[in-house]
Amino acid sequence: MSNHFKAADIPQISATFRFQWEEAQGCHVLLYPEGMVKLNPAASEILKRCDGINSVDLIIKDLKSAYPDADLDSDVYHFLDTAYDNQWIRHKSA
Amino acid sequence: MTTNGSDTSPPKPLWLLAELTYKCPLQCPYCSNPMDIARYTDELSTEEWIRVFKEARALGAVQLGFSGGEALVRKDLEILIAEAHKLGYYTNLLTSGVGMDEARIRAFKQAGLDHIQVSFQASSEELNNYIAGNNSFEHKLEMARLVKKYDYPMVLCFVLHRHNEDQVEQILEMSHALEADYVELATTQYYGWALHNREQLIPSQAQVEAAEAVAHRYQEKYKGKMRIFYVVPDYHEARPKACMNGWGAVFLTIAPDGTALPCHAASELPGLTFPNVRDHSIEWIWNDSNDFNKFRGFGWMKEPCRDCSEKEKDFGGCRCQAYLLTGDATNADPVCSKSPHHEQMVKLVNQANMEPKRDTAPLVFRNMRNSKKLTAHKWPTTSKA
Ligand code: SF4
Ligand code: SF4
Repeated sequence: MSNHFKAADIPQISATFRFQWEEAQGCHVLLYPEGMVKLNPAASEILKRCDGINSVDLIIKDLKSAYPDADLDSDVYHFLDTAYDNQWIRHKSA
Repeated sequence: MTTNGSDTSPPKPLWLLAELTYKCPLQCPYCSNPMDIARYTDELSTEEWIRVFKEARALGAVQLGFSGGEALVRKDLEILIAEAHKLGYYTNLLTSGVGMDEARIRAFKQAGLDHIQVSFQASSEELNNYIAGNNSFEHKLEMARLVKKYDYPMVLCFVLHRHNEDQVEQILEMSHALEADYVELATTQYYGWALHNREQLIPSQAQVEAAEAVAHRYQEKYKGKMRIFYVVPDYHEARPKACMNGWGAVFLTIAPDGTALPCHAASELPGLTFPNVRDHSIEWIWNDSNDFNKFRGFGWMKEPCRDCSEKEKDFGGCRCQAYLLTGDATNADPVCSKSPHHEQMVKLVNQANMEPKRDTAPLVFRNMRNSKKLTAHKWPTTSKA
C-alpha cells in the first residue's frame, strides 16, 4: 500500500523540520532552515500523530475514532509517502 | 497545501533579519553590507532587540535570522536566541563561524537555536583565507563538523564570484564530505562593498555556464542526500529576480542601530528616511510608514513594468539595482531585457568576458578602516562622540 511505510512502522517528524501551529497563517506549518510549508487540515491531523510513538496502524485507528465516517487508510499511506519523499518524516530509529 | 488566493489583508512580515552588529572579524570584498559600516556604533541593546522580536512575532514573523556583520560578536547572542525561541520563532544563525567554539554551539542548542549556516569563502584554504582576509579555513571546517555533532541541520553557504566560480566541483565535494544537508551556492549581490569591487568580482559568462552545469550534475548525483541551491546570477539573465518577493511583502530587516529596512541593501536608496525601531512600533513601520509602502504592490510602477504581463512574477525586480544602475528607483530593474537600460547590463557582462581588462584595480577589503576612509565625506561634520 505504501512505498515507505508498513502498518507496524513508527513515523516521526525529521529532526531538520519543526511542526507547529501558526496563528497568523491560520494553519499548521512545517519550518526548516529559512523556509516554511503551510499544511492543510488533513495533513496536519496526520502529522500531529507522527510523534515517534504511534505506529501507522495506531495512527489510522486514532484518526478513525476522530473521523468515523472517513475511509482513510489509503489517504494516510499516500500522504506518508509524500511526506517521506519531502524528508518531512522518517522512520523512528530503533 | 493551503493557498489563500483571494486574501486582501495586508501582507505579513514572515522573515525577520536581525543584523545584530556590523562588526566582523572577516573582510570579504563581496560583503553586501553598506560601505559606511563604521558609522553604526550605536547598536540596539538586548532589551530593544527583544522588543523587536516580540512585536514582529505578533505581526506574524516566524523565521528569524541572526546576522550581521558577525552575530557572534554580540555577547548577548545566547540570550537573544533563547528569547526568540520562547516566542516560537524558527531561529537561524547565519555566521562565518569565527568567534564560535564548542561551548557556544552547545549553549546555542540549549537556548533553542534551530539552525546554523556556516559560510565559507572557498573550498581551498589559500583562497578562503585570502578572500576572508584572515586564517579562518581550518576553524570553519571544525565548526561545520561541530554543527553536525550537535544535531543541527547543516547548511553551508558559498558566495560565488569570479575568484571561486571555477571551484564549484571542489566546493560540492567538500560539502558532501562534511555531510551537509543543504548547500547554498549564492551569487554575489552587488550592493555595498560588492558593488565597489564589482569589476574584480563579476564572473564571465563562460564561468557562470560552467558552474551551472556542475551544480546541476551534482544536484542529480546527491539527490535525496544533499540539497543544492543554485541561482543563476541575475546580471547574466534576461529577467530580474523577484527581489525580496516584493517590497514590504515578506522581509523585514533591522540594521544594528535599529533602522528598519524592506531589504538589507535598501539603505542606499535616496529619498527614503527609513524608520527606526527606537521611535516607532514594528506594526506602524510595517503597515503605515511611507517607506514600507513606497514600492508595495504595483501602483508605483512606470513603463515597461506597469503594463507588463510578468509584473506579478518579478515585481519589476530589485529597487536598489534599478537605482544604482539607472539612477531612478522606479525604473524596471535593468537586468530585464525590456528595460531601456538593459544595454548597460550587457556591457558590464561583456567587459567581464574580456579577460585581459579585468585586473584593473585591487580588491578593497571590507573593514572599519576602509569604511572610514571611503565614506568619511558622507558623515555629518558634527560627530556625536
Ligand atoms: S560577508 Fe564577510 S565581511 Fe561581510 S559580514 Fe559576512 S563574513 Fe563579514
Ligand atoms: S518589464 Fe518590469 S515587470 Fe516586466 S518582466 Fe521586466 S522587470 Fe518584470
